[in-house]
Amino acid sequence: MAKITFISHDGTERTLEAKNGMSVMEVAVNNSVPGIDADCGGACACATCHVYVDPAFLAQAGEQQEMEKSMLDFAENVKPNSRLSCQIKVTDALDGLRVTTPESQH
Amino acid sequence: MPAGEAQRIVIVGGGQAAAQALQSLRQGGYTGALTLVGDEAALPYQRPPLSKGYMKGEVDEERLYFKPSVWYEDQNIEMLLGTHVPKIDRANRQVLLGHGDHLPYDYLILATGSRPRPLPVRGADLGGVHDLRTLADVERLSPKMVAGRRIVIIGAGYIGLEAAAVARQMGLEVTVVEMAPRVLARVTSPVLSEFYAAEHARQGVKILTGVQLSHLDGVDGEVSAAVLAHGTRLPADLVLSGIGILPNEELAKEAGIACSNGILVDRDARTSDPHVFAAGDCASRPLVHFGRSGRLESVHNAIEQGKLAAAAILGLPRPAEDCPWFWSDQYDLKLQIAGLSQGYDTHVIRGDPASRKFAVFYLRNGTMIAVDAVNSPPEFLASKKLIMSGAKLAPAALIDTSTPMKDIAAQAAA
Repeated sequence: MAKITFISHDGTERTLEAKNGMSVMEVAVNNSVPGIDADCGGACACATCHVYVDPAFLAQAGEQQEMEKSMLDFAENVKPNSRLSCQIKVTDALDGLRVTTPESQH
Repeated sequence: MPAGEAQRIVIVGGGQAAAQALQSLRQGGYTGALTLVGDEAALPYQRPPLSKGYMKGEVDEERLYFKPSVWYEDQNIEMLLGTHVPKIDRANRQVLLGHGDHLPYDYLILATGSRPRPLPVRGADLGGVHDLRTLADVERLSPKMVAGRRIVIIGAGYIGLEAAAVARQMGLEVTVVEMAPRVLARVTSPVLSEFYAAEHARQGVKILTGVQLSHLDGVDGEVSAAVLAHGTRLPADLVLSGIGILPNEELAKEAGIACSNGILVDRDARTSDPHVFAAGDCASRPLVHFGRSGRLESVHNAIEQGKLAAAAILGLPRPAEDCPWFWSDQYDLKLQIAGLSQGYDTHVIRGDPASRKFAVFYLRNGTMIAVDAVNSPPEFLASKKLIMSGAKLAPAALIDTSTPMKDIAAQAAA
């Protein structure tokens, strides 16, 4: 279990309980966190679940696979802490994670 | 009733388009009565994993749901699952329910989806003959997917080939039977067909193209073999049919709504009845980037039309119509497709298929109309933009791998 805080582009915060093994994207979608579309449902096929991860948690969020890296390269407003949230698996180590959602996924 | 003043909205169907319409209606500020009537028992769920991870047992059913059950309660949505709609009474703006009730509507969204084309041969009703469309289909099929068993898959489209990959990975002996001279013949070019046929062969799948299924043989009501027209007998413990889908348009047709291989809709997903919309597999829509109409069997299409219908009903601006896109996962190959390749006059290959990482661009009159990108997200994402832009492109520049796709897209936009 991990508590994850989602911060919208306008600063609104929501903290949610996340089960281990789910993706950060699933946690957001199940709880209707705005700003994440996740059209492909987590297949790493669409790049519409882009988030910014608290830099302190980048290591805990896990290694980026080649596929994710090249998808992110085409997202809008990419930053060094950009990730596709469907590719981040919830673990105990992510307790306290803060992720910020972009204004738009397109 | 002017758009934006609806008080009762009914959605028939419970798939991706329906789930999107529900979300978009509530997000768009609609607070009136909202009812979904679906004939499946499960909450709306994602279908793509059915022929991929879920079939392999890697994904729990709950994780297929678009939203958990509590969401529907929170959003005050009435979910009538496991409920059939036999008829629409347009004159009185109501739908009839299987158990005799009437459900009145101000606006109706038909998201009735599609169904597998039935196998037109003797023996199709034997035990052990399966379709792959719904959760219930997978529940029946999965326990029979046991290593060492022989499965014959009829049809080498995406469903057939994805299922072949999963079955092979689960240790079954897999034979795929295809009537056309090549796999994926209806949806892609010979280049891709050859690549995927070779990959399946390398993985141990036997692919028979250009052959006609004659009938299925059975013993004690269970399938035992698939027999081909030229007499070859393929012993089988299991048969999976994946020969395409048919739009569920009958409900609309019988109500006098215009249909032609799908429920005909305009750019706002509106049918010939201004109070009835249609979205997803069941709808035939204008394909604005391609100058024609047609049905798209895809997640993107279902999402987009769900949004279009909701926006039109609420009187909101029309959401952007994106370039159609699709994906298929087989083994470690992620195929991402953008655009519609039918009618291309030129195709070029970027990268080397032998490296398992390449893209095929399809052009017509010098502009890109589609891409098939294998393990190549930059080619896919850049092409989505290039297709929408209609920019004139030099094939030689597209295949120059020393120029990143990002730069090619930027140059074309300049």
